[in-house]
Amino acid sequence: MQDLLRRYGATLTGTFVLLVAFWLLALVILPNVTLFEASFRPYLPVVDVGGPKDTYSFDNYRKFLNNPVDTSFLGISFQLPIHTITFLNTVLFSALVTFITFVMSYPLAYYLAKIVNPRALPTLVLLLFVPLWVSEALRAFAWYIILTFNGPLNAALVGMGLLDAPVRWQNGVFTAYDAIVIGLVYTYVLFMLFPIYGSIQSLDTNQIEASEDLGAKWWQTHWRVILPHAKPGIASGCVMVFMLSAGSLLVPSVLPSTKSNWFTQTIQVWMLESQDWNTGAAYSFLYILLCTVVVTLVMWAFKVKLSDIAK
Amino acid sequence: MSAEIDLDDVCCDFGSFRAVDHVSVKIRPGEFFSFLGPSGCGKTTILRMISGFTEPSSGVIRIGGKDVRGQRPNQRPTALIFQNLALFPLMPVWENIAFGLEVRGVDKATRRARAEELLRLVDLPGAADKMASQLSGGQRQRVAIARALAVEPAVMLLDEPLSALDLKLRQHMRAELRSIQKRTGVTFIYITHDQGEALAMSDRVGVMSQGRLQQVADPREIYNNPANGFVASFVGEMNILTGDVGATADGFASYATPHGTFRARLAPGAAKGPVKLYIRPEHVVLTPDAGGENAVSVTVGDVAFEGNFISVSATTDSGKHFVAELRNDGSATVPDPGSRQFMRFDAARAAILPDETGTA
Ligand SMILES: Nc1ncnc2c1ncn2[C@@H]1O[C@H](COP(=O)(O)OP(=O)(O)OP(=O)(O)O)[C@@H](O)[C@H]1O
Ligand SMILES: [Mg+2]
Repeated sequence: MQDLLRRYGATLTGTFVLLVAFWLLALVILPNVTLFEASFRPYLPVVDVGGPKDTYSFDNYRKFLNNPVDTSFLGISFQLPIHTITFLNTVLFSALVTFITFVMSYPLAYYLAKIVNPRALPTLVLLLFVPLWVSEALRAFAWYIILTFNGPLNAALVGMGLLDAPVRWQNGVFTAYDAIVIGLVYTYVLFMLFPIYGSIQSLDTNQIEASEDLGAKWWQTHWRVILPHAKPGIASGCVMVFMLSAGSLLVPSVLPSTKSNWFTQTIQVWMLESQDWNTGAAYSFLYILLCTVVVTLVMWAFKVKLSDIAK
Repeated sequence: MSAEIDLDDVCCDFGSFRAVDHVSVKIRPGEFFSFLGPSGCGKTTILRMISGFTEPSSGVIRIGGKDVRGQRPNQRPTALIFQNLALFPLMPVWENIAFGLEVRGVDKATRRARAEELLRLVDLPGAADKMASQLSGGQRQRVAIARALAVEPAVMLLDEPLSALDLKLRQHMRAELRSIQKRTGVTFIYITHDQGEALAMSDRVGVMSQGRLQQVADPREIYNNPANGFVASFVGEMNILTGDVGATADGFASYATPHGTFRARLAPGAAKGPVKLYIRPEHVVLTPDAGGENAVSVTVGDVAFEGNFISVSATTDSGKHFVAELRNDGSATVPDPGSRQFMRFDAARAAILPDETGTA
């Protein structure tokens, strides 16, 4: 602070501090506090707001457990609330997206960090960034076009004789979420790549060579030396991709199948279609809470500490 | 276990730059062999070629008689100790040491026992469960040696492993390394740019300059009979005089310089190419009386007390500086600064040497 004052003078420093305070308070804290408060109140016609019916309760949160429907998992049938199913699907497929981006990123990150000629690196990184110049919406629509029934993917596969007839990719070949998973992987893969790249890059190459010199096969070197060192990068990449995927609204909306439902879409329905901001807010906070629990559990299972990620 | 290493006319090019230039040397089984040379002369490159991280551009490398070209480092019977040791920081000491056994599928109990045994060998018992980062420099050194010994290599390759240690510890570790080598009988190839280290530890030394091997000999020979001017001035101190070779007889020659004409040994093969006269400071004697061979009158300059010897600088009337080292055992009288003296040296102790050997 002293330093800032000395460098920029009182007026400029004051202005910036005020602007930051305004941004934090008015644009971040206040809206969230308002929504948080609203999430405990019922959705009422305007005349009743502030009246006797306007009391605090957990009713909005409880709706998460309403409307049980029949479902089955691994051949066992049971009943689950419909929104819980959506939540579980979202977490499951976000985890799948995270896993796929990891499997794709790790070899590439290793290649970029340790194998590629340092002079070629800027070009390669630039090439990786090119897709980011296009907006997320356009990228999602591009995949929509690629996967569509009369689209290039079907044309190419049928043309090469790999498929007898075009496939309805959007409806899902393996699950109802195929297209969403593809779209999310494409959108968020770099958020996995760069943290892993950073952590592998910080590994002393002599350690890799020492491992090989002591007789380790390439996979043993990865398993015992490189992966443990890259763990913090992998963890932060996973947390980022998982949270971004679970929080994505655009990709699930552009690339849905008839049976897919992302939890963000459920929140959107509450807020925009039902105009019930109170329940929407309740779902949002519940969602953040549950996702945090999931991330914490996974981190605990893999023995990752929060301080590792902050590295 | 130990093996002979045979470098047969080995070259290594990086682009148009030749880092190792026609090096041929046979390193005997069980030998402690040092490569000595200034920074950037290609020492590390030679080690990396023996261990398999770099392939020679031409020439053959044989380990125990077998051509190892094309073998990966994990297939060669070598163990490299890196310049920075490269211990695995996320593993405890014993896992570091047992790493080579682990990747060979040895079971955990055996690994642990072997690690403990090696820790005793390198005189570090009780450190098994510490992390490598908790150890001091000298201790990490020992762990690196134990880790390399664990795979029972036929050859140990050490890349300036002591350069990061302070002087006292370095001297201690020199003796330690030497005794470990004697106990295990493994061939050690040691790299250093510290001539004292190379002379003190090695059975034989190979002196390198700019990718070329200048001389391979035992330490005494290297010091007393350097093959050329590079070896002479890199290993120890030298007074150097430039001039012309005159009459030669019985391996001695007269050598005319602007500071006088001297007589000295003429190295074989020194007749062709440029030569210089080299005299070690400890072979220079300062006396008040004139007369005798190779004597020239000088004015004494600085007298520096170095502990075990006294370094005296003296200047001839023609302006050439000489350094003389007098032993601090009371046998020599220390001249006063500014006094007139005669500097003399024994013709058998001075040598006329070619500057540098070309491609051997
Ligand atoms: N991978 C490489 N690519 C290009 N040049 C290299 C490479 N490795 C080494 N060199 C060059 O080869 C020469 C010899 O290098 P080397 O590492 O063998 O030297 P060194 O004798 O071990 O030196 P130091 O005592 O400083 O470790 C140096 O000039 C170096 O710049
Ligand atoms: Mg080196």
